[in-house]
Amino acid sequence: MRLLSSSVSITRYKVKGEIQGPLIKTVMEGLNKNSIIEIDNESMEKTAGWTSFDNPYLPDFETSSCVIGAHFVFSLRIDKKSIPSKIIKKYYTIEVAKKLAESGREHLSRNEKKDIREHVTNALILRIPATPNIYDIIWNYEESSLWFFSNQKAANEELETLFSKSFRLSLIRLFPYTMAELAAGITDRERDLLSTISRTKFMD
Amino acid sequence: MLDVSVAYNRYKFLGHEFLTWLWFIMDVDQSSILKTQSDMLSLEMDNRIVLENSLDNRVENITIKGDDAGLEEAKLSLQKGGVVTELNFSLKTGDHEWKFNIKGESLNVSSLRPPETGKIEKKEDVEGAVLEKIYLYEKVVSLVENLYTQFIQIRISNKWNSETVPLIKKWIKS
Repeated sequence: MRLLSSSVSITRYKVKGEIQGPLIKTVMEGLNKNSIIEIDNESMEKTAGWTSFDNPYLPDFETSSCVIGAHFVFSLRIDKKSIPSKIIKKYYTIEVAKKLAESGREHLSRNEKKDIREHVTNALILRIPATPNIYDIIWNYEESSLWFFSNQKAANEELETLFSKSFRLSLIRLFPYTMAELAAGITDRERDLLSTISRTKFMD
Repeated sequence: MLDVSVAYNRYKFLGHEFLTWLWFIMDVDQSSILKTQSDMLSLEMDNRIVLENSLDNRVENITIKGDDAGLEEAKLSLQKGGVVTELNFSLKTGDHEWKFNIKGESLNVSSLRPPETGKIEKKEDVEGAVLEKIYLYEKVVSLVENLYTQFIQIRISNKWNSETVPLIKKWIKS
């Protein structure tokens, strides 16, 4: 989801840890090393990587500025190839018929059918371009906060894994418990109380 | 700190209680909410509320939506022991309005519509547009964080059981 859209969804994170070395240079290196790779002519079904906010289809962190005000602004791109099952069925059926005609047999074994399905799927993966999904990120380094513009579980999990790999920092997703734990001004005693509280019954 | 997925599931009731408390506060004590942000004119429930009621090991979800929807059904669900799991808000400051949705279990902000901003005509406009959007989103994010902090401070104090819960019970019955 793009941050300039008229309607957005935001998942909030606390960033744990500090960048070792010069900040901007280190962040840029992390983005470059883990930037998205094109898989259109590859046998891969899915890939995820960083891309530039202003040029997500041709990422270039050298010329593209990722720093806006006090924030790093960049995007996570997840490319996925999805082949409709009806297309697989079509080519599978054609291949099975061809094999039966060549061998003169009436049936194929389970393994032969499995091999044909795999072969057909792999051949189609090479021919089908991946669908890109772009999710923007705003990282306020000074405040150790990060906004991810999606609430989708799978996209959030990709972000958490890639962020940790790229910058050696961990992301703490903010939800009721973590927000309470990290709330400003909470004492150790209150934190202990928090771990023991149970559900309130608003009606008897 | 607890394992993330354990903490998420074990304490999601806190998010549901937060939204239930927030509806109560918006209904009976707008002034305490207005103190949270100096330029805020109002924070009101907008056009959608989702409630969850666990009865005899089965979960009942009730969604009420529509601009003129009555809230009697929602109150009835609370009377049966339900809690608010999702709430749609309208926040107003000056001539501006933000609409957004909060899901209790995650406290994620979704369907956030800030006031309209100018169109981007040149590439040079992008930086300014991003900063403007960040400023507008920050209004909602900091409001939710401040209100939740306010809630948590009450929730872990003795005041919760001795004062707040009896008042909420009275409000639910009203």
